[in-house]
Amino acid sequence: MTQLEANLKALKEGTVEMITLAKMQLQKSKQAFLEKNQDLAEEIFITEKHLNNFELTIDRDCENLFALHNPVASDLRLVIAILKVISDIERIGDHAEGIAGYIAELDKQFEKELFEQLRFTEMFDLALQMLDMLEESFDKEDVSLARKIFKLDKSLNEIKRASPDVIEKYLIDNQDVTKQALFLFSAIRKLERVGDLSKNIAEQLIFYTEAKVVKHKKVK
Amino acid sequence: MEDNKTMLEANNIDVFYGDFQAIKDVSMKMKENSVTAFIGPSGCGKSTFLRVLNRMNDYVDGFGLKGEILIDGKKIYEKSIKVEELRKQVGMVFQKPNPFPKSIFDNVAYGLRIQGIKDKKFITERVETSLKQVALWDEVKDELKKSALALSGGQQQRLCIARTLAVEPSVILMDEPTSALDPISTSKIEKLIFELKKQYTIVIVTHNMQQAARISDETAFFYMGELIEFDKTDKIFTNPSEEKTENYITGRFG
Repeated sequence: MTQLEANLKALKEGTVEMITLAKMQLQKSKQAFLEKNQDLAEEIFITEKHLNNFELTIDRDCENLFALHNPVASDLRLVIAILKVISDIERIGDHAEGIAGYIAELDKQFEKELFEQLRFTEMFDLALQMLDMLEESFDKEDVSLARKIFKLDKSLNEIKRASPDVIEKYLIDNQDVTKQALFLFSAIRKLERVGDLSKNIAEQLIFYTEAKVVKHKKVK
Repeated sequence: MEDNKTMLEANNIDVFYGDFQAIKDVSMKMKENSVTAFIGPSGCGKSTFLRVLNRMNDYVDGFGLKGEILIDGKKIYEKSIKVEELRKQVGMVFQKPNPFPKSIFDNVAYGLRIQGIKDKKFITERVETSLKQVALWDEVKDELKKSALALSGGQQQRLCIARTLAVEPSVILMDEPTSALDPISTSKIEKLIFELKKQYTIVIVTHNMQQAARISDETAFFYMGELIEFDKTDKIFTNPSEEKTENYITGRFG
C-alpha cells in the first residue's frame, strides 16, 4: 500500500466512524427525549464536542492530502466527497444535540397522544435507519443501498409536512400543551433536516463511486 | 477549443522497429491552437509516436510504418513531401536543451539561414521577435554574440524554443522539455506553452502527470504501444473512462 492509499483508507474509515458517532448521538437523543432523561442529554452535549473535533481532524487531513499527494480521478472525488460529507455529519450531530436541548425546557412528560399523532417516534426511527444505511453504504461503497436513502427522506418530509395540521387540531382541545407542541415541532424540523443531510451524504457517495452529480436532480 | 480545426491527424498508425511493434493501430486527431499531452510509462510508445509526427524515425534501423499522418490535411509520408520542408512546418524541442556551439544570435538565426534567407534586417528582426516570444530577449539582448552554451539550462531550453519559432512552424513537438529543468525554469516554459498555443499547435510528451494536467487541453494515455484513452484533460484527471488510465494516473499500476 502506498502512503496515498493508506491516507485515503484512514480518511474513509474516519468518515464512517463519524457517521457511527452521529448515529449514536441521535439514538441517545431519541432515548433522552422519550424518557425525558436530562442526564443522557448532558452526555450528548459532551460527545458533541468529540464530533466537532473529529470534523476538524478530517478536514485537516484532507487539506494535507491535497497538498502532498495531488489526488486525481477517483482519489480526488473521494477527498472532495469526504470534505463535504464531514460537515453534513457534524450538522447531524448538532441537530441531535439541539433536540436533546429541548428536554430541559419542558416541565412535564410529553403527551403520548400527540406523540403518536405526529408520528414522532417513527420519524426518529426513519432518521436512524437512514444513518444505519449510510454507515453501511459508505463502508462497503454500496451505491444501491445509498440510493434507498432517498425514499426514506421523502417519508420524513411527508411526516413533517403533515405536522402543523396535526398540532393545530390537537391544540384546540389541549391548549395547555402549546409550549410542548412548539418544541415538538422544532424537533420535527430538526429530524427532517437530518434526513436532508443524510440524502446529501448519499449523493456524495454516488459522486465518488460513479462520478455522477445527482444533487438537485429528480432521477438519482 | 472544441471547434478548432484538426491540425494533426493519425490514421491507423503501426510502427515497427524490426520485428518489434512499437505502436499498434493508433488513430487520433490533434486540434489547432491547443496543447495535447502524451502520457504513459517508459517504453509505452509515446515518444516514438511523437517522432512519427515529423518523420524523426525515418533513419532508425528497421523502422517501418503503416497508416497515414496528415498535417494540415497533407499526408507527410508521401514521396512528394520533402523532409526539410516538413521540418519547417513542424518544430521539435527535446528533453535536454541542445543549443549549437554558436552565439545566441546564430542559434536563433540558424534555421532561417539554412533556408537560404540572407536579408540581415529580416533575420535580425526575426531573432528579436523569437527571443521576445520566449521571454528571453530582456535577459540576453546585450550579449547576443555570447556563446549559447554559457546560458543556464532553463535559458538554453527557451533559446531552443526560440530557434524553433524563428522558422514559423505551425506545429511544435516537445519531448519532455522540462525534465532537465528546475521548478522555476519549468514554470517559465509552462507559461510559454500557454502563450504559444494561441498561435501554434503543441504536442508534448511528459512524465510529469501534474504538468500534463496543468498545461494541456487534451491528454492521450499510451500503454504498450496502444492508445488506451484520449480525451479532454479535465475528464482524464477527474473521471477517466478506462481502468488502465485510472490505475496509471493514480499511481496504482502493475
